[in-house]
Amino acid sequence: MTTPHAHVPGASIFDRLEALLPFVSKPIQYVGGELNAVQKPWDSVDVRWAIMYPDAYEVGAPNQGVQILYEVINERPDALAERTYAVWPDLEKLMRENQVPQFTVDSHRALGDFDVVGMSFSTELGYTNMLTAIDLAGVPVLAADRDDTHPIIVAGGHAAFNPETIAEFVDAAVMGDGEEAVLLITDIVRDWKNEGRPEGRVGLLRRLALTGVIYVPRFYDVEYLDDGRIKRIVPNEADIPWRVRKFTLMDLDSWPYPKAPLVPLAETVHERMSVEIFRGCTRGCRFCQAGMITRPVRERSITGIAEMVENGLCKTGYEEVGLLSLSSADHTEIAEIAKGLADRYEGTETALSLPSTRVDAFNIDLANELSRNGRRSGLTFAPEGGSERMRKVINKQVTEEDLIRTVSAAYGAGWRQVKLYFMVGLPTETDEDVMQVAELAREVIKAGRAASGRRDIRCTVSIGGFVPKPHTPFQWASQLNHEATDARLHKLRDAIRADREYGKSIGLRYHDGKPGIVEGLLSRGDRRVGRVILQAWRDGARFDGWSEHFSFDRWMNAAAVALADEPVDVDWFTTRERQQSEVLPWGHLDSGLDADWLWEDWQDSLSEVGVEDCRWTPCFDCGVCDQMETEIQVGPTGVVTLPMPTVRTTAVLAEIDA
Amino acid sequence: MSRKPPERDVALAVQKLRVHYAKRGRLRFSSHRDFQRALERALRRAEVPMAYSAGFSPHPKISYANSAPTGVASEAEYVEIGVTKQCDPERMRVALDEALPPGLDVVDVVTAATPDFVNRLEASRWRFELPGVDLVTAQAAADAFLAQSEVIVERLMKNGIRKFDTREAVVSLTVSDESGVSGSQGSGAGDSCAILEVVTRHVTPSVRPDDLLAALRIAAHLVPPVPPRVTRLAQGPLVPGSTEIGDPFAPDRAALVSTS
Ligand code: B12
Ligand code: SF4
Repeated sequence: MTTPHAHVPGASIFDRLEALLPFVSKPIQYVGGELNAVQKPWDSVDVRWAIMYPDAYEVGAPNQGVQILYEVINERPDALAERTYAVWPDLEKLMRENQVPQFTVDSHRALGDFDVVGMSFSTELGYTNMLTAIDLAGVPVLAADRDDTHPIIVAGGHAAFNPETIAEFVDAAVMGDGEEAVLLITDIVRDWKNEGRPEGRVGLLRRLALTGVIYVPRFYDVEYLDDGRIKRIVPNEADIPWRVRKFTLMDLDSWPYPKAPLVPLAETVHERMSVEIFRGCTRGCRFCQAGMITRPVRERSITGIAEMVENGLCKTGYEEVGLLSLSSADHTEIAEIAKGLADRYEGTETALSLPSTRVDAFNIDLANELSRNGRRSGLTFAPEGGSERMRKVINKQVTEEDLIRTVSAAYGAGWRQVKLYFMVGLPTETDEDVMQVAELAREVIKAGRAASGRRDIRCTVSIGGFVPKPHTPFQWASQLNHEATDARLHKLRDAIRADREYGKSIGLRYHDGKPGIVEGLLSRGDRRVGRVILQAWRDGARFDGWSEHFSFDRWMNAAAVALADEPVDVDWFTTRERQQSEVLPWGHLDSGLDADWLWEDWQDSLSEVGVEDCRWTPCFDCGVCDQMETEIQVGPTGVVTLPMPTVRTTAVLAEIDA
Repeated sequence: MSRKPPERDVALAVQKLRVHYAKRGRLRFSSHRDFQRALERALRRAEVPMAYSAGFSPHPKISYANSAPTGVASEAEYVEIGVTKQCDPERMRVALDEALPPGLDVVDVVTAATPDFVNRLEASRWRFELPGVDLVTAQAAADAFLAQSEVIVERLMKNGIRKFDTREAVVSLTVSDESGVSGSQGSGAGDSCAILEVVTRHVTPSVRPDDLLAALRIAAHLVPPVPPRVTRLAQGPLVPGSTEIGDPFAPDRAALVSTS
């Protein structure tokens, strides 16, 4: 049935897609039609963006980062943005058979028609899905093979802070907050187009690179030592900056995005509205890449938050609002915010939630406040390390006493279920440290039974494998191999099972260690790992974050093939500890953190020395504020009562005075 | 506060509104669950004073009837909504239509003035566009199907495969032609595009568009080259002695006129 289609750029390909949809699962995820989605005429603008979250629609659609950038771009009269997500293998197969290209869900335009494709990487496990999308779009997967007819592909998001592994596939990468980045890129692309595209694609990429805040891998050469380590990474053209800085957005109140959150028809992982109450975190947990790379802390004000909540509820009809950030209970005015919002929405069906991870009694008061409406989501705490010693190593400043006091308060206040998050495979960890998790869980149940006077209380222990990440003090650390990870997890499981008195009240959730090794390879790899990604993808790697699609063997085979001629292998990238002198693949990419400070923090970690939070203790010179010319922006503003929202009239009532 | 979900203790509905809506275009791929979520959110956005059930996790009082399957468009879907304050049906229609995404369109709203609404939905009229199938082939298939007294199909249900008859439920089956006119599918499957219109009685198990297509394949070897595009055109009472479907809101409208 395929007759060749004369394709007009920007035209909808929906009719061709539609014929395939009756044969795939959950077709609604491919048709768009979300509330608050935007469709702009193709010819009305100069610059056209497609933003991709390279995972399934159900995960990607609620993503805050994408929704923010989508709106920021669409607010410009000279630009448009549409969204695209990874298609499942059933549709991919049909699209290939019927030559249907990767499409956006807004207007079903072909991805290859756009000027810029922005890839939003929250996790490295989305890299292979990017390749599928580029390939389905009819765009060469290797950046070097693209010509002036192809879009430029720009990576962003946390997993773009080490874009070296995907350097061969993307044309550019941006680190940090995307709001101003996409505006800058839009300006540059628009001017270049309006000037008649001087020097073609390379000309455009050079303009981007010269900003010093957009990384264009083709302008950097990587040289290696004989032993496989990197010798140096150097610009290969005059004027190309040696280092590329991250973006930092200041004054969150002037960026109240998303103003009109998207409401998908399809079911997603996050069926609620989100309001980001601050950005950044300076608690300094050493394993936490998100905390390290998003410094400094920038709070949204209590009034800014209240407005976003009210406006968002009006525009979406959601029943629940999540107050999000990396550590929401740390907002300087969280108590006032919680009380203010709980008061305002008392007696309505609107529920508030706060991903709670802080381990202190204050958190319980907060949780009580937020659940005034009757809904009780579970309580989650993240001690991360099982033993006191381990928590010092990772700088998670929580004592067992704190934890027991907090959970006692929670069970005492009527919670029946508490979730505890831990990690396995942390630097210097021994079996004994992990066994302490069981000990801690036992104490939690013991305290919970005493506080509640009941035996039916439970706690769930979730334990994840630690993966060392770039731009953290653990970037030099050895990753625990998957055999040892599994052995520790099994030992823990057996200890909990064997516990007659408390074991039945403790649930344990964990995954095997293999996916963590692939994530580790992708996180701390260099350009040579790009070949592994390409090979694995050619061998069928897709949706690597999904256990039903992930294959460890496929990745290991791909690595064996792709790295056959190199002095390095998977272990070299993952389980090997690095020395201070080693040039790291992301060494030329500036997250603001001073390399010496990071190294000192790594050494402090090994000697179990903690570091305070610079929000409430003096600055300890991590380097960020100096380097980036930013500052901590926190309250208190002193505002305690929320202004009343403008009164809306309920237009559907029968007798109404107009 | 202007958002006014109900006070919990007066959850009693003072009025029920019947909503006639359409599921059009790309939103025909929404499932019943997708629609439910979208409707509940739209009701909140439109500030409809919904009645909630009592109990620990209250849910809005909405009854759904006979929703068209995922992938099938519809001009005739119905739900009934309980509200805690008297609402004006036309205002409700406008507000709800505005609050739902384009493609889920509110056609009509009436105040429920009569019981047994669901029983009034006796039959449906379905339209099948068959790109790549010409009039002659379609007519032959229709004739072959109608000539049988029974056409058994199979469907996978919750408790395994079930066999049932489709012929009995079919009140009428007519064929027309839109060759060269359609173009909407743009599938390149030739120019011919036969149109089937089928009126089916609502029986148990219900005979759905997929079952009718299976029946045509079994009874008449009709295998469309591309997936047909199916639309439910109408749903309501069968007008006695004819194959027409009446307006299921008619009794509500009549009752309203007589009381006012
Ligand atoms: C904090 C966090 C949470 C918090 C808050 C979520 C939030 N704010 O959206 C809570 C606890 C609620 C949460 C919940 C969940 N999360 Co979460 N979360 C995170 C985390 C650590 C940071 C996200 C964040 O800061 N968002 C704030 C927004 C504003 O920032 P952003 O998305 O990074 O985007 C900005 C920049 O990065 C940049 N940018 C982003 N893309 C691009 C692209 C271009 C081209 C450019 C130029 C710039 C750019 O611009 C944006 C605006 O400044 C990420 C991990 C990560 N590395 O991102 C996981 C992560 C996104 N979460 C994940 C998951 C699975 C979940 C849950 C589904 C868990 C669950 N089972 O319930 C839920 C669902 C939530 C949801 N909204 O989808 C996964 C997603 C996995 C996947 N396959 O994609 C991640 C990647 C963690 C992981 N590795 O597993 N999460
Ligand atoms: S430089 Fe100091 S104040 Fe700034 S983020 Fe780092 S530690 Fe905090």
